[in-house]
Amino acid sequence: MKDYEVIIGLEVHAELSTNTKMYCNCSTSFGADPNTHCCPICTGMPGVLPVLNEKVVEYAVKAGLATNCDISRFSKQDRKNYFYPDLPKAYQTSQYDLPLCLGGHLDINVNGEKKRIGITRIHIEEDAGKLIHDAYTGDTLVDMNRCAVPLIEIVSEPDIRNADEAVAYMQTLKSILEYLNVCDCKMQEGSLRCDVNLSVRPVGQKEFGTRTETKNLNSFKAIHNLIEFETNRQIKVIEEGGKIKQETIRWDDAKGIGYAMRAKEDAHDYRYFPEPDLAPIVLSDEYVNNIKDNLPEMPHIKKERYMKEFSLPEYDADILTSSIKSANFFEKANDICNNPKAVANWIMGDFARMLNEKEIEIDESKVTPENLAELINLIDKGTISSKIAKQVFEDMFESGENAKEIVEKKGLVQMSDEGAIKELVEKVVQANPQSIADYKAGKDKAIGFLVGQIMKETKGKANPQIVNKLLLEIINK
Amino acid sequence: MDLYSLTLTEIAKKIKEKEVTIKEVLDSVYSRIDDKEAQVDAYLTLTRESAYKKAQELQDRLDNGEDIGVLGGVPIAIKDNICIKGVKTTCASRMLENYEPIYNATVIEKLENAGAIVLGKTNMDEFAMGSSTETSYFKKTKNPWDLTRVPGGSSGGSAAAVSADMAYAALGSDTGGSIRQPASFCSVVGLKPTYGLVSRFGIVAYASSLDQIGPFGKTVEDVATMLNVISGHDEKDTTSANLEEKDYTKALVNDIKGKVVGIPTDFISTGLNEEVKMAYESAIETLKSLGAQVKEISLKTAKNCLPTYYIIADAEASSNLGRYDGIRYGHRAKEFSDLDDLYKKSRTEGFGAEVKRRIMLGTYVLSAGYYDAYYKRAQQVRTLIVDEFKKAFEDVDVIMIPTAPNTSFKFGAHDASPLEMYLEDMFTVPVNVAGLPGISIPGGFAKSNNMPIGIQFIANAFDEENLLRFAYTFEQNTKYHEAKPQFIKEDK
Amino acid sequence: MSVSKEDVLHIAKLSKLNLTDEELEMYTKDLSSIVDFANQLSSIDVEGVKPTAHILNIQNVFRKDVMQPSFDREEILKNAPSKDAGCISVPKVVE
Repeated sequence: MKDYEVIIGLEVHAELSTNTKMYCNCSTSFGADPNTHCCPICTGMPGVLPVLNEKVVEYAVKAGLATNCDISRFSKQDRKNYFYPDLPKAYQTSQYDLPLCLGGHLDINVNGEKKRIGITRIHIEEDAGKLIHDAYTGDTLVDMNRCAVPLIEIVSEPDIRNADEAVAYMQTLKSILEYLNVCDCKMQEGSLRCDVNLSVRPVGQKEFGTRTETKNLNSFKAIHNLIEFETNRQIKVIEEGGKIKQETIRWDDAKGIGYAMRAKEDAHDYRYFPEPDLAPIVLSDEYVNNIKDNLPEMPHIKKERYMKEFSLPEYDADILTSSIKSANFFEKANDICNNPKAVANWIMGDFARMLNEKEIEIDESKVTPENLAELINLIDKGTISSKIAKQVFEDMFESGENAKEIVEKKGLVQMSDEGAIKELVEKVVQANPQSIADYKAGKDKAIGFLVGQIMKETKGKANPQIVNKLLLEIINK
Repeated sequence: MDLYSLTLTEIAKKIKEKEVTIKEVLDSVYSRIDDKEAQVDAYLTLTRESAYKKAQELQDRLDNGEDIGVLGGVPIAIKDNICIKGVKTTCASRMLENYEPIYNATVIEKLENAGAIVLGKTNMDEFAMGSSTETSYFKKTKNPWDLTRVPGGSSGGSAAAVSADMAYAALGSDTGGSIRQPASFCSVVGLKPTYGLVSRFGIVAYASSLDQIGPFGKTVEDVATMLNVISGHDEKDTTSANLEEKDYTKALVNDIKGKVVGIPTDFISTGLNEEVKMAYESAIETLKSLGAQVKEISLKTAKNCLPTYYIIADAEASSNLGRYDGIRYGHRAKEFSDLDDLYKKSRTEGFGAEVKRRIMLGTYVLSAGYYDAYYKRAQQVRTLIVDEFKKAFEDVDVIMIPTAPNTSFKFGAHDASPLEMYLEDMFTVPVNVAGLPGISIPGGFAKSNNMPIGIQFIANAFDEENLLRFAYTFEQNTKYHEAKPQFIKEDK
Repeated sequence: MSVSKEDVLHIAKLSKLNLTDEELEMYTKDLSSIVDFANQLSSIDVEGVKPTAHILNIQNVFRKDVMQPSFDREEILKNAPSKDAGCISVPKVVE
């Protein structure tokens, strides 16, 4: 078998987190009853006209600047004509030859190696509605709530070579869009999704192979698995002497299989032309510079700052800043407890594990930064032990109660009263002569057993440092 | 004299001064409609119930001493491509046979606020595509001057209704002459405002960059009053001009001494009917006698405007009419095998031949490989035409040409050749392509068939004042507008 | 004929229209004569001329991002030929 090179380009669709739709004042919020966020404009009734939401331009320019694009000073919107039940006007308003942003790039990090992925363009366009399959009647139902929700489409250069790079690119992009607060990036709700264009060619061949397109992937896992699947499939076809057909693949994530979609008879002829109902977008240097000057701190800058300001290791800073939500959580908590390393450890450790298990994001958790900071304070002050803290945290995570309340309610306050601990230590020492003998014979492990016994007696509340200190004093007496 | 035969200005005054009640006015107009509609077929829908309800409301307010607006109590007609909430808006198409909008067009809101009463919706060419109102799915409107002839189009119902005293005024829409040409054929005044002066929100789009709503009236003064009501910036229409509002009745000055009128010689040289030419030459003499300066100008690119117009209009139409797919509203075929079959059958059944022709031509000029040769080139020629007019208006106040090369023709006269029908538009389309205002006013009658001839004035963008001033002066000094359609004389 | 029957069939397909044989004949003839007529544009020199982007010199017409109540669903679906469960119903969409 020859060696193959995989050529991947991504077209990422990000729904903009504006209050209203692209061309009307209907809400963009997700999850409403079908067809309740609709008006004559977004449902394409006869006679209606669009008026562009100013935030759409602003958000797209932000995304363009944050991905190092040139911002077009003259740009226009075009109609892309095709029939589909989720497209009420039978054209999608998009941008064809004069998009808002051109020629940028993103730097990604894969297994410690940096790579630059080119961005061809970013344009604004409207989303389509949602089609729901009605299992009972076998018909398809059309929900127009999502019709004309604004999107940006971010088109990458074919610079991506494998699944890991694709996922890293998506993660970096997601992180940037979240930092900019232009997209909520809820992939499971479809507000961030991507199309994968993929082809393979034998190493050394100059021409690109025939590519396939897979639409609407909405998880990192799906992107990763599709790329692996499609890469193997294409190589296999070629190895067996076959030819790759230019077609659209539908990815079944549950089964881990891609299917070729029924080829459309009418070859794509979208008959793009300038949208006569909308005005050109002409941006001044002043407008662009103003947005540029007010861009929030981007992930890589924040990371550097965390390393410097909080003396965090690069690894920690990288993880904390990979999402604006964890960075915000970190900063808020640290402002209160002033223990960056501890906050970082919590966020990266047990907290992260529990979020993962529940498949929620940090800002959706019941644990607030204030609560975590309080918990850390309790540890720092010696009120509870780190071991107890884990238990308290689990409680916080489930109930949303604050640390102090839990500690008090459950009587988890650490015993630091030397007198009381001393009594216990003496009792345990007397009850375990064999362990004392073992220790004196040089078996250091025996100490661990004794400490364990004491902690058991106190249900873990005894201050372990004090226990250790007193135990050694008494044995060595 | 019957109330229905008065002008808008006269009847508004009588209502305001309580010489007549609004109900009496409505009774008069509806009885006129009951009398003549069977012959003319101008209306597709009559809104008697809501009209009388509104009449009562307005009368109560008037009796209470309230101001009920400049059109207070005046009954008017609306072309059936302008959306009125809860009133069938069919565009004279089977596709929208039962369609009821859930919102009002901006112009309807403005008319309501000015106290106008809607009589009903008028017949038109299907989706405003045509020059004779023959492409209506529902019926053929007859020219009140000769019932065997067309009223012009596409706003033929509105023109015929005003001409036959079945409305004091009407709204139409003009994409390539659809107000001015029927005004000319029916001997009424029809104004196509500058693109952007009147909101397009709520007019069912034919060609977005060309469509404009405008008024029909019995006099220039009536049309100026209507324009006052319907014009103005609308934030729901991106292409609506944001300008200070004007009182167009102030432009009604019977004096054009020293003003300059441009005569585009290229236009007159070919394809012009002899009788129309005579009327036109007489109009030139009239203007001269009124002290205007006549200047020959050249508009050689504009003369070749027709292909530019059809390419742009049909391209936009092919896209605008995609939404009639049988899914959300409009005609859905009874039987279909799958989604694609539903689309095709619904559209094939719902659209008439001319609409299909234009959708296909528009699709053709936008399709891969033809875009540059047709659509892009047409938009380049459009730039040249705009520039040509701009230059012309450096030297003249208005341009005058006939509204149409011929008088009204017989039904079916152009059935064999769509292109011939298109040629009827050659004097009106340049105005739309360049986005300018144009007005057609009665300019006399052809000796051979006694059919009306329209004279058209064209002004610079947003210079409706000069347009109205010329039209008013011409009207006041010729009085062609006072003639009433023959069938009415015969009846009496 | 400057427009072939194949062309007409192709654009009819793009436009979602069915044509009978007679209609195909008619439209091929009609479109050819209109396209021939339109070809007179090729005699006009447009070298370096910018296509009209907008007839008015408008740019940057925007709306504020402020929410307003949507329409009642009943209104939105009022004219729909077929509806079910608060949605418009269409034949099964196959991918």
